[in-house]
Amino acid sequence: MATATPEAVEARVVEALASFGPDADQVTRDATFEELDIDSLDLVELAQIVEDDYGVELKGDDMKSLKTVGDAIDLVVARAQ
Amino acid sequence: MTRPRVVITGVGTVSPLGIGADLLLRRWVAGEIGIVDGEGAARDYVATDHLSKKEVRRTDRFAHMAMTASDEALAQAGWSDELPYDPERIACIYATGIGGLGSLEQQHDLMRDGGNASVSPLSVPLFMPNAAVAALSMRHNLRGQTYATASACAAGSHSIGAATRAIQVGDADAVIAGGSEATLTLLARASFGKMGALSPSGISRPFDLRRDGFVMGEGAGVLVLEDAEKAAARGARALGEIRGFASTADAYHLTAPDPTGEPAASAIRRALADAGLTAADVDYINAHGTSTGLNDASETAAIKLAFGEELARAVPVSSTKSATGHTLGAAGALEAIVSVLAMNERIIPPTLGLDVPDPELDLDYVPNVSRPLQPRNGAPIALSNSFGFGGHNVVLCLEGAA
Repeated sequence: MATATPEAVEARVVEALASFGPDADQVTRDATFEELDIDSLDLVELAQIVEDDYGVELKGDDMKSLKTVGDAIDLVVARAQ
Repeated sequence: MTRPRVVITGVGTVSPLGIGADLLLRRWVAGEIGIVDGEGAARDYVATDHLSKKEVRRTDRFAHMAMTASDEALAQAGWSDELPYDPERIACIYATGIGGLGSLEQQHDLMRDGGNASVSPLSVPLFMPNAAVAALSMRHNLRGQTYATASACAAGSHSIGAATRAIQVGDADAVIAGGSEATLTLLARASFGKMGALSPSGISRPFDLRRDGFVMGEGAGVLVLEDAEKAAARGARALGEIRGFASTADAYHLTAPDPTGEPAASAIRRALADAGLTAADVDYINAHGTSTGLNDASETAAIKLAFGEELARAVPVSSTKSATGHTLGAAGALEAIVSVLAMNERIIPPTLGLDVPDPELDLDYVPNVSRPLQPRNGAPIALSNSFGFGGHNVVLCLEGAA
């Protein structure tokens, strides 16, 4: 299991989101999922990836409150502590 | 009150003979065969060349090919910039024989190896049989009735028939119709092989004495169908018209056709009656012609029953599957499209690979070399036959440009 440093999580989340459709340079901390056209199905996939990599289990309710890429990174880092 | 006429204003295809409907006709007429190593893969089709990363990721290959073919068809119809009708008056009725089988197999492997949590949340939208029609609706903002037809190898023709009826009864001003299939997968090969339907030689040679089964292909065909008056009012050019449609069922056997051909003959008669035509008006028959022993024999019997011996022997009959293999749920759509384009070029395309005639099959199957088409009366008329496992018979009566 990878160590959930903020830098590592950010790199992994950005990579995952970019693989879902948006260009990697659009995927900044401030970018909203709406802007990136990332929807609920993408977020379920993202949750699966961070669970596999960091052992962090994210539920549907956790995901619903996320608006930006930064929100997702912060949540994963916080839960991994 | 007379029912509206239904015209074709745009067509698009992805097939083993490349990307584009004109290319499909040109290569078939030139005698090119899109089958390599016993399969008719759409080898030139790479989804990422045509679709966004997100579209490619979220849909199966059968939906990818549908979207690409639809772009060609809508562009030809002049719909690319703006829909010509209220989106709720545009339906989308689109076929598949099986659906996203490759995706289903892939997700099943993931689940077996890694448990339920390994399955993608995209699984169902990837493999559901209506995934292609849903993708077309979303891609083009089509908001009328939207559903998939599933009748195995007759599904593509059923979609065109249902679309035609939707316009004729006034439920829609226009319909996007057609069908897709992308099942060159391990399970499909094993399954069709086990039932003895696939050609062990890997050669598609309909009506030939040596025919030993069908060769599986993949592809997509899309047609834009419109109420003729409304199409004319917006200045659209009609490529052809859906003159008639009929469908019957054998109620005979799960996979084998009724050997008498009578239920299929009935579909031919009814399609002609629906068109207000008779067998003597038909210039060309695009056969189902799968290259299986049973189909090609029962289809020949059906044509003879419907036409009578004399007219049956006089009408040229050929099989697109000799060039593409059998594209299952896409076949009826690809074959209707290529039949109309051939009529408009005044060409009868050939049955390729037919070198050893079967003495039992004695129609004019246009072996290997295309020939000119001279319409009997004004606009050329063709029938396109499609028959599916399950005993589904569909016949379309198509008119080309005068």
